[in-house]
Amino acid sequence: MKIRHLVPLLLFLALAVLLAFGLSHERSALPSPLIDRPLPDFRLAGVEAGKDKGGGGGEFVPAQMRGEVWLLNVWASWCVSCRAEHSVLIGLGRQLPVVGLNYKEVRGDGNLDARGLTPEMELSLARQRASAWLAAHGGSPFRATALDLDGRVGIDLGVYGVPESFLIDRAGRVRYKHTGPLTAQAVQQELLPRIEALQHEQK
Amino acid sequence: MNKSDAFLETFRALLLAALLLSSPLSLAGEGQPAPVPASVLEARVSELAHKLRCLVCENQSIAESNAPLAADLRERVREQFQAGKSEQEVIAWLSGRYGDYVLYDPPFKPITLLLWAGPALLLILGASGLLMCLRRRQHEQLAQAPLSEADRARARALLQTPEPE
Repeated sequence: MKIRHLVPLLLFLALAVLLAFGLSHERSALPSPLIDRPLPDFRLAGVEAGKDKGGGGGEFVPAQMRGEVWLLNVWASWCVSCRAEHSVLIGLGRQLPVVGLNYKEVRGDGNLDARGLTPEMELSLARQRASAWLAAHGGSPFRATALDLDGRVGIDLGVYGVPESFLIDRAGRVRYKHTGPLTAQAVQQELLPRIEALQHEQK
Repeated sequence: MNKSDAFLETFRALLLAALLLSSPLSLAGEGQPAPVPASVLEARVSELAHKLRCLVCENQSIAESNAPLAADLRERVREQFQAGKSEQEVIAWLSGRYGDYVLYDPPFKPITLLLWAGPALLLILGASGLLMCLRRRQHEQLAQAPLSEADRARARALLQTPEPE
């Protein structure tokens, strides 16, 4: 048998290997254009009305975190993988302040019809759902929790799936983004070295 | 793009042109942006939304996708058009948040060089391979000289000789 008769077989094998790689290889997260740029500004109501530290009237603004290295975690009670990362976040909360950005708590829940709700009803329902979920899952890892009811801040941050986490430096710039649930391994390998480096950075 | 898509595109463009010509937009003076008629607005939103990739479902545009994020993005595009933003401004706004990944028509820059030049490169490679192959075949055919009369006689003799037991 001549070697050239093997060519179609070899081509087929090469294609099969390529396709198998494409199928099994996990698509890497989209690079965020926000990296090294200032966190977009926003002002949102907090989960606990009037109780958040420093944020007048329970509101949260990123400016109140100036001077600190902090983590912004995008989550929702209807988000299944947020449950998986919750214990990791509680642990991480001892290393640096974590702020929760609750993404479309009411409207994002596919099992709920939010169309008939007034803004006040939506806000109080979101507060109630978010705090009940946190209480039921081992407590809140968050220093503050901001409610992004309509997902507009989420879009400004380029959020395309919860959970997502943004590491922010003392000057308020986004320095790293983790897409998907935080695992102990991801914290150990990706986050902690960066957090340490940022905490040593001068403002 | 198939035929019916092309037809739809043309129809949409014509409709848009007709609406633009008949709308009070062309009479709008300076100052505040004139309110855009709803039909024109929807046509613009739909046109742009077809050029934007849905981030959740990937192989659909945000015009086609039923994902909640796609609906939110359509709404934001509509708002920006209402506020008088141009298509370029809206595209810049979106790619500043989600990157060039959202654009079905990504800009030409160093990182997208392979993307844009790739098909041409493959065509050149394939064409030169084919050309080489054809040349070689032609060469081989020329090299096969016709049989001489003596060769023919020998072949005939060999074929007619009965096999020895």
